[in-house]
Amino acid sequence: MSSENKIILEASGLKAEINGAPILKGLDLCVRAGEIHAIMGKNGSGKSTFSKVVAGHPSYAVTGGKLEFFGEDLNELAPEERSKKGIFLGFQYPIEIPGVTNGAFLRLAFNSIQAARGGDELDPLEFDDFIREKLKLLKMDAGFLDRSLNEGFSGGEKKRNEILQMAILEPKLSILDETDSGLDIDALRIVANGVNSIHGDDDAIVLVTHYQRLLNYIEPDFIHVMEGGKIIKTGTKELALELESKGYDWVVDEYKAKAA
Amino acid sequence: MSTALDSIVNQPYRAGFKTDIESDTVDKGLSEDVVRIISKKKNEPEWMLDFRLKAYRHWLTMKEPEWPNVKYPKIDYQDIIYYAAPKPKATKKSMDEVDPELLKTFDKLGVPLHERAALAGVAVDVVFDSVSVTTTYKEKLAEQGIIFCSFSEAVKDHPDLVKKYLGSVVPHTDNFYAALNSAVFTDGSFCFIPKGVKCPMDLSTYFRINTQDSGQFERTLIVAEEDSQVSYLEGCTAPQFDTNQLHAAVVELVALDRADIKYSTVQNWYAGDENGVGGIFNFVTKRGLCKGEKSKISWTQVETGSAVTWKYPSCILLGDNSIGEFYSVALTNHLQQADTGTKMVHIGKNTRSRIISKGISAGRSNNSYRGLVKVSPKAENARNYSQCDSMLIGQVCGAHTFPYLEVDNKSAIVEHEASTSKIGEEQLFYFASRGIDPEEAVSMIINGFVRDVFMHLPMEFAVEATKLLGLKLEGSVG
Ligand SMILES: Nc1ncnc2c1ncn2[C@@H]1O[C@H](COP(=O)(O)OP(=O)(O)OP(=O)(O)O)[C@@H](O)[C@H]1O
Ligand SMILES: [Mg+2]
Repeated sequence: MSSENKIILEASGLKAEINGAPILKGLDLCVRAGEIHAIMGKNGSGKSTFSKVVAGHPSYAVTGGKLEFFGEDLNELAPEERSKKGIFLGFQYPIEIPGVTNGAFLRLAFNSIQAARGGDELDPLEFDDFIREKLKLLKMDAGFLDRSLNEGFSGGEKKRNEILQMAILEPKLSILDETDSGLDIDALRIVANGVNSIHGDDDAIVLVTHYQRLLNYIEPDFIHVMEGGKIIKTGTKELALELESKGYDWVVDEYKAKAA
Repeated sequence: MSTALDSIVNQPYRAGFKTDIESDTVDKGLSEDVVRIISKKKNEPEWMLDFRLKAYRHWLTMKEPEWPNVKYPKIDYQDIIYYAAPKPKATKKSMDEVDPELLKTFDKLGVPLHERAALAGVAVDVVFDSVSVTTTYKEKLAEQGIIFCSFSEAVKDHPDLVKKYLGSVVPHTDNFYAALNSAVFTDGSFCFIPKGVKCPMDLSTYFRINTQDSGQFERTLIVAEEDSQVSYLEGCTAPQFDTNQLHAAVVELVALDRADIKYSTVQNWYAGDENGVGGIFNFVTKRGLCKGEKSKISWTQVETGSAVTWKYPSCILLGDNSIGEFYSVALTNHLQQADTGTKMVHIGKNTRSRIISKGISAGRSNNSYRGLVKVSPKAENARNYSQCDSMLIGQVCGAHTFPYLEVDNKSAIVEHEASTSKIGEEQLFYFASRGIDPEEAVSMIINGFVRDVFMHLPMEFAVEATKLLGLKLEGSVG
């Protein structure tokens, strides 16, 4: 990727806390158009926290540093505003909403974002045609549209449904938090193909993952290691292989040695 | 709660104005004399006064129930006005004689009283404080032998029917509030659908409490003869006062062989303010008797108002193959309390009942479902299905479910399902991360939640009720 590409997301010295507990402690990350980044790191290192802070979860307070999206400060923006501007979060644990059908939810989401972009909203019939194409992309059965949102979906089905939403909303920045966890081998390939086909030169993807396996299908430009609420190492895709075989401790030791 | 939820749940009460109209009231307090005065003011026959006095004497021996899961200050029954009627109370021959102030009041509430302007295809009886002020489409209904009039008129014009059925489903000894109502009820609606007639329009009563410190004690009696059918709607509002008013109604339904009664309520009594000051105490006894074989009674209620609600629309399934249904949405916000549910009493063979209850609690409110399914020894092959779902909005509200089962016949099949879901930060964040703002999210979740009940409401009522839920919840999400 060339460094002339537009910066989509820029975090520098980002600090955030929840209920007074500091979690992000000076995080730096720059994501440009066309790029794919992977964030790896131990459980509890702050990966989901970072994802939710970017998406604007109200429980987190940003206490320092900067966080910009296309050069605009995100701090003042409500989560729905961020989403309308093109930020998408694929949830590690998608929420179940009984009584609200998946299809109706998808249409409302699509129309909200279309309206914000000045695009055409679709009526239920038009949307039906549109969504069927997207379902094919992810090899999902149309029956999922009539079911309650995520209710009773298997772990893998929920993740697939997240990517279906990404496909519909065409975000500029997609942060996919452990989308690969819970997917079987075939589903992983299908979801990866889906993500690859949505991704282009104008948007960027941040994958949060524990496994190198996903990166065989979605090739990242950068791999970051998160530890203690910071990114402590950045490398290329080979780093993932190294992490897979050696674990994280050496990266942490290396970082500590540098800091000392 | 976050401010988004807050602003969604907190909307001002739009029916909270008071009409300035001179009223004829009896001084506060209750005694045998007051009961006699009420009866006299209404020019009632001796038998009606006897009914009242018997009830009053019985009431004196009774104690207020304490088992509901609600708390409220002790009611001083001597501090209530038991009779308030808008003046002049001369009988009206047509709409044009109705006090223009009243017409305005009901226009404002969206209940036009002029038949020309009336709700399409709905006949309305309007009860203002203690008396019925008008009934629309009466003549048209009479052509088919349908009687739809105020209770007072029924006592005068159809004494045999009233005598036969009054108290036959809810006897005056039934409970504290039913006894009180039987002693002092002032008006209400009476419907009689003769054999084989399908009522061509929905019948409805609109109740309005206007006078501060007055109680409303109305009485509704619906009798559906063999093979008849009727859909009845009830709506209610009250002005905003900072004192509590007592509403203790009794509704009795009687369905003979193969008759079908559908009773729908959208209750929007004033609920008190966000600190729990003022509001209606809604202590109502509603019961339907499926007297004949294959008869059917279906209750649908949307309870959004009142400071305290205590009501259990019930079905006594006496006739073989009779069916009882109860569909309920009860919404509580701020400091409202609701203890509501149903009783399904299976007595006849092959009787079936179905209960769908949806409780929504927001603010600091408390919402309880209480339901009894009773299968008596002779009720062969009784079936019941109950589903009780609770929705919590925010962190500090409460939802409780108290299902009671008394099954004395082994052939019975009784199923019960329950669930609790909530609208909190995580749910709203999920919607927000897809570009959906909190108001839309709440409305979508709530509409989904109540769908199984709302589909049983008559169309216009469902539209009303959907709007009402939206208003009631505005400001509750944050
Ligand atoms: N409400 C809270 N109060 C205090 N600490 C919290 C709270 N919520 C999360 N944390 C802590 O923040 C830290 C970061 O959590 P986060 O979910 O971001 O980790 P993660 O890197 O995504 O982990 P995983 O790989 O297990 O998904 C954890 O130590 C977690 O316990
Ligand atoms: Mg995580």
